[in-house]
Amino acid sequence: MSPLLDLLVVLLALFLVSTYLSWRAGRLDRLHARVDLARAGLDAALVRRAAVSLELAASRLLDPATSLVLATAAHQARTADHERREFAESDLSRALRAVLEQPGFREAVEGEGSALLEELETAAQKVEFARRFYNDAVATTRTARRRPLARVLPLAGRAPLPEFFEIDDVPPEVR
Amino acid sequence: MRIGIVCPYTWDVPGGVQQHIRDLAEALLALGHEVSVIAPADDDAPLEHYVVPAGRAVPVPYNGSVARLAFGFLSASRVRRWIREGGFDVLHIHEPAAPSLGLLACWAADGPIVATFHASYERSRAVTVSAPILQSALEKITGRIAVSEAARNTLVEHLGGDAVLIPNGVATEKYAAAEPLPGWGGKDAGPSLGFLGRMDEPRKGLQVLLKAFETLGRQRPDLRLLVAGPGDAGDVLARVSPGLRDRVVLLGLVSEADKIRAYHSVDVFVAPNLGGESFGIVLTEAMSSGAPILASDIEAFRRVLQDGRAGALFTTGDAESLAEEAAGLLDDAARRKELSEAARSAVRAYDWSTVARDVLHVYETVAAGAIGVVESAP
Repeated sequence: MSPLLDLLVVLLALFLVSTYLSWRAGRLDRLHARVDLARAGLDAALVRRAAVSLELAASRLLDPATSLVLATAAHQARTADHERREFAESDLSRALRAVLEQPGFREAVEGEGSALLEELETAAQKVEFARRFYNDAVATTRTARRRPLARVLPLAGRAPLPEFFEIDDVPPEVR
Repeated sequence: MRIGIVCPYTWDVPGGVQQHIRDLAEALLALGHEVSVIAPADDDAPLEHYVVPAGRAVPVPYNGSVARLAFGFLSASRVRRWIREGGFDVLHIHEPAAPSLGLLACWAADGPIVATFHASYERSRAVTVSAPILQSALEKITGRIAVSEAARNTLVEHLGGDAVLIPNGVATEKYAAAEPLPGWGGKDAGPSLGFLGRMDEPRKGLQVLLKAFETLGRQRPDLRLLVAGPGDAGDVLARVSPGLRDRVVLLGLVSEADKIRAYHSVDVFVAPNLGGESFGIVLTEAMSSGAPILASDIEAFRRVLQDGRAGALFTTGDAESLAEEAAGLLDDAARRKELSEAARSAVRAYDWSTVARDVLHVYETVAAGAIGVVESAP
């Protein structure tokens, strides 16, 4: 083979490898963007749930003890730092179940409270949805970053490995 | 919202996925949203106003059976154009792992993409082998829905990740009213029990009901048993004592209309399933019809029937317990009426309007902060 042909083959191989690598890097980049968007959605859903919980607690529809339970849990979820966040949000889920699953709760707040209750049920459901979608994105991204090529080459740039967000978010079943 | 829904299977061929999409689309339209469905269909096929044809599907062997799928350049370019011109806030793909329009749509779109996984199966070689190919398209999905716990397990096992669970809805009003079948229902027809499902599938539990009928049929000379569903009639009748055979009426596979009439024909509808039922679709249909129900106390049924408030329960697999409970119900018209009303009210939680709202919450969750669905670079 002539030296020119050798050079051409090498150049072609380099081109193919770099195209593939940039495609892989692009895929990882897209996955990280998906994680970021899902995280923003999760944070928004959590804040919204805490806000609606506080509104219900402040609404005078509930007895003072119930209001206090709900308000405390919502406040702690809203103000928890990074370390305590998952525990505080799980506590809010449990408090919501304890309050909303009381027999006859729906009738008790009927009328004035109906819209607020519906908003709260929606907010609680969306927390579960957003958390699952976020963890789904995290799982996919972590799998992609564990592949041999992504370990050896800095395909993901300096993006940190995303962390799962694990909470008890079983929504209340209001009767 | 502007919602684009992708159906992988030929639109005018009856099937569970197609029916699901039709019911969902109509429920979303009723809630005031804009919906466009793209599905494999001939250009001259009569279609609902919200359906866009993507060309004809071809039968190909796939994953052990012959499936009618749409793929190739024509379908791909139609999907691309539909996405470009649709201006959707969210794209909802059904069965995205099938090599059909759903997969094409995954390739052609960027933005909030929701996918519903319907199928559940044991780990299959084909899916595992193709998983890396699928992976890069499926990575784009931002919100996954599974229609049953079994479907969610299948999905997690094959593709990893997570999904939310939103069961199929029931078009409850379709079942609400119907004439009983000729010779059934009404005052002079005599008491009756009903069963619906595959006769030769042991998990559906027909054998338990037949055993109970041996007792009940002897005690009550006018009691009849109505059985609707596919299976071999000879096999079934062989298990009934000769003296009772003329009171066991087998309809075989029935049309949708006759199925609804069957629910309205019997005094007690029996669901003797032994398990494996992730979601009692037959049960929710019977509840929508207002049939008084007697069901085995498997977890899924217990949940749907609210621990016995919306339908009586008996010990799973126990013919004696079934016979005892059925006798109680047959003798108590007031209790049957009560159960019928409770069933109709409990089933509202499974109505398509409720399910569509849950799906809408998924759309809102994934669309938050996104700018909508755009065509991806080819």
